[in-house]
Order: sequence, then C-alpha cells, then structure tokens
Amino acid sequence: MTAIVTAPAVKAPGAISLGRRRVSIELKQFFRDRQSAVFNFLLPVLLMVIFGSVFGSQKLEPTDITFAQYFVAGMIASGVLYTSFQNLAIAIPLERDDGTLKRIQGTPMPKLAYFVGKIGLVFVAYVAQVTLLIIVGKLFYKLILPSGAQWFTFLWASVLGLIACTLAGIAFSVVPKNGKGAPAIVSPIVLVLQFTSGVFFPYNQLPEWMQKFSALFPLKWLTQAMRSVFLPPEAAAFEVAGSFELAKCAAVLFAWTIGGLILSLLFFRWNKRGQD
Amino acid sequence: MSTETSNPLVVPAPDGADLAVRVRGLHRAYGETRAVDGVDLDVVRGEVLALLGPNGAGKTTTTEILEGYRHRDSGEVSVLDHDPAHATGAWRSRIGIVLQSANDLGDLTVEESVAHFAGYYPSPRDVGDVIESVGLAAKRATKGADLSGGQRRRLDLALGIIGRPELLFLDEPTTGFDPEARREFWELIGSLKDEGTTILLTTHYLEEAEVLADRVAVIARGRVIACDVPSRLGGRDESLATVIWRDGEHVHRTRTHEPTREVAALSARLGGEIPGLAIHRPSLEDIYISLIDDDTEDAS
Repeated sequence: MTAIVTAPAVKAPGAISLGRRRVSIELKQFFRDRQSAVFNFLLPVLLMVIFGSVFGSQKLEPTDITFAQYFVAGMIASGVLYTSFQNLAIAIPLERDDGTLKRIQGTPMPKLAYFVGKIGLVFVAYVAQVTLLIIVGKLFYKLILPSGAQWFTFLWASVLGLIACTLAGIAFSVVPKNGKGAPAIVSPIVLVLQFTSGVFFPYNQLPEWMQKFSALFPLKWLTQAMRSVFLPPEAAAFEVAGSFELAKCAAVLFAWTIGGLILSLLFFRWNKRGQD
Repeated sequence: MSTETSNPLVVPAPDGADLAVRVRGLHRAYGETRAVDGVDLDVVRGEVLALLGPNGAGKTTTTEILEGYRHRDSGEVSVLDHDPAHATGAWRSRIGIVLQSANDLGDLTVEESVAHFAGYYPSPRDVGDVIESVGLAAKRATKGADLSGGQRRRLDLALGIIGRPELLFLDEPTTGFDPEARREFWELIGSLKDEGTTILLTTHYLEEAEVLADRVAVIARGRVIACDVPSRLGGRDESLATVIWRDGEHVHRTRTHEPTREVAALSARLGGEIPGLAIHRPSLEDIYISLIDDDTEDAS
C-alpha cells in the first residue's frame, strides 16, 4: 500500500466535531427557511390562538380545568411530531432532490454526522417551539405550569417522543417520490393523527374505533403523557383507562424508537430512486 | 492494456503512465438499457481529460461510478488506487466533485457554505482564497438562492476544490456561463492543472475541450469510440484541408492533403492575390459530429 506516502499530514476531522458543525449549519438553514418557520412555529401558535379563543375558557366539567390547559398538552405533544417527524419527512426528500445529500455524500464527512445534525436540529427546534407555546399560553390563556414530578414526566416524554418520531421521520423520508410532493403526503398524516389522538378534542369523547386506531401511533401516547404533565391529577378520571398509563406511554414510544431505527437502517436512501 | 484494442481511434495512455483513473470493461445496465457497455478509460495523473458524448451516451453513469455514487454491474475500476464502490473518508478527501445540477445551500451565504465544507477536509484551501479564485469575492455575503446561474456554478466549483483534491470531477461545469465567464473559468482550471490537479471533465462545448483538455475521449452508446489528444482525435491531423477561393460569382472548393502547395499554385496562376481565400481544417466539433454520425450508422 502507498497509504503511508499519501496519508494526509493533518488528521481528518472526527465525527463528533463534524456532528457539531452539522447541527450549527442545520440550525442556520432551518431558522432562515420560510417554510420551516411557518410549519414549525407559526402554525402551532396559530392553532393555539384559534382553538384557545373559541373553546379556551370552556371547562372540562365537572372540574375547573380549562380547555386551553387541555389543548396546550396536545399542542406540545404535536410539537414533538412537527419538529421531528413532519420536519424530517419533508426536509430529507427535499434535500435528496436539491442535491444536498448528493453533495455531502461526495465529501469525506462521516454519514453519521448528518444524522447528528438532524437530531440536534430537532431538539433545538422543539425547545424553541415549546417555549413559544408556553409563553403564548401563559400570556393569553392563564396556562398553569407543571410542578414537581410533572417536569420529570415532561422531560422523558419529550426526549423519548423526539427520538421515536425523529427515527420515524428518517425512515418515512423514503416514501415521498420527490421533495415537492412530500408535504402533501406528510401533513395529512400528522393532521389525521392529531384529530384521532385527542389533540383537538377530548380523547374520551372520540369513537372507540378512532381510539383504537390512534393507539397504534406515538402521538396518542405522547398527548396522554403531556396531559399528565399539564393537567392536575384528578384529570386522570377522564382517561379511558382511568389513569394516565405512563409506563405504557413509555413502552409504546420505546417500541417506536426500535421500529424506527430498524426501518431507517433498512430503507434510508441517499440517492434519488434509480440513481444508485 | 485492454483485451480488445481493435478500435484504432482509441489511442491508449502511454505504457507505464501513472494513472489516476483506470477503467476496464465497465458495464452498467438499467433494466434492459445498457447505459455503460464496456467502457475502457485511463486518466493520467496531472492531465485534463475531457469526456464528450451525446446525452444518454453513458457519460454521467460512468463518472458517477468513478465518483462512488453508483454501483457497477461488472468491470475493473480504480480511482486513485482505490475502488470507488468501497469509498472511505480518506479517499473522499482526495477527490473533488462538481455536480451537474445542485440547488442546495440556498439559505447560506457563499462564505458560510465554503467555510462549512472546508471543515470536512484534513487540509483544506483557504476559504477566502478559494472564494476569490472562483470570482465570488463580491458575493461572499450573498445567499445561495440569490446567486445567478453562473455564480451558482462558481460556488459549486469552490466547494469542489476547497478540499485541495488530487483528482477533480467536473460535470458540465460551464453550462449557463456567458463567454467571458467561461474564459475566466478556463483560466482557473488551467491554474488548478498547473498545481498538479488531475481533472476529468465532461462537457458539451467542443471549444472548451479543445482549450482545456490534454486528451479527449468520445463516448457513445456506452463505449469509448475514440480517444486521443484533441489535435489528432479521429484522424483529425490527417484529414483533408479544404482550400476555398472565389472566381467572380463562382466559389471553388478543393480538398487536399497539401493546402500550401495548392495555394502557391493558385497564386502563381492568378498572378498574386487569391480572391476570397480561406483554408478550412476540420474543427474538433466537425470530427466529433462525424464520429457520432458514424457510430449511429453502425448501430442501425
């Protein structure tokens, strides 16, 4: 081998430092892109303002819990889905089309760094979105913030949900035929899940078949976990099972994490179809 | 060299030449279509090789196999002594790729993009120098989406050379350039070559191949049908010159191996000046078109 002669004098940058670089470049692009700003920040806040203004002051009888309080739990759970699944399942096909993936594939950048960048982006975007929702809720809808152990649930549900839905988004990115068509496939899925998972309406009032359908997907369980965070303990009586079933929430999200990882490893593609 | 050297138009690289790229019997089919059907190709270290050919001839598939993007069905491929089907980071840091159509990096400024990509390489060029050399100094703070088509191609080139590649792939790099920009680009490629960079260039501009290339390979129907230095490609140096002159309303054309003798004889006969004199030799484009035409006839 001639490796000794041709080896570069300077050591190649490592995956960790490049992962950090990817996170910063992903964030720059994300926050400068109008489409991602609309989908990830404007839309959730808009939905909250609309639903909050129409139903926000209604009470979940016979308690004093306002619908706004209920709705914030659903919107934050949706925020997980927006910033991870919806964001990546749309952005990755676009990047496959516009040459981003092809370009970085042609560089010495370790492929892992790309995914590190995406995961970093998802976490930062989520924190920004949740902060925005909580500020709006606090200012306009008398949102009561969680306390004590509720924060712990908030933390693990957010992290586990983000990981599960990020992997689902990476795996799903192979489904849209091209970047242009991706929003038309991804957004309806998110919307249907929101309607059937108890984001917009009280879950216990949904028909049983709808409850059974949404129980297959992470959003229902995330929303349920977030209700345990934002609603007082007595609200557990409204749950179908009579409790928030936190262990089951964690188990389902974990199962989706494993499933998403396997599907991503099996099916993720860097090239457009027919170009490899 | 190749097992079949039956085609006299394909002049192989000199024996013992130090090769940056060596391809033998490369095949790749998409379903029933044999896009690459037995390509043999050498690129000597330090040279500029232009790959010419009509759309659909197999140029892009061939180069993308060499770049490690596409897999091959069969054949031997060595790029910088490495099989691109098993690309490593160390190998990738030695090659540069300028793709045909990229539309990414729209939200980043020129400087941000070039600086970011510099971070991928073990010993990159200076970011400012590269931006300057591709002629984007005035646009360093402009976002990718706001660049003109030609400026975008310059950004692509900047990203292709930032890692100080030993081997640079250029896929139709000057499409959309105005003539002046094209000349500036040619100068830049010349300076990269002077630094010892090996360049594999695909282009539709025959003039570009003539100016830049040390050797030219013509690819048609998935095979290399001719390969030589531009001045000798397809027997260009041996083909007949045409002496054209005017006699009143009548235009004479004489095809000859000895245009000087023809002109001297004419001048003696006409007593000095020859009206409307022109001597035409086949351009690279003429040769290219006749090669492609001949090949198409062979096919039918």
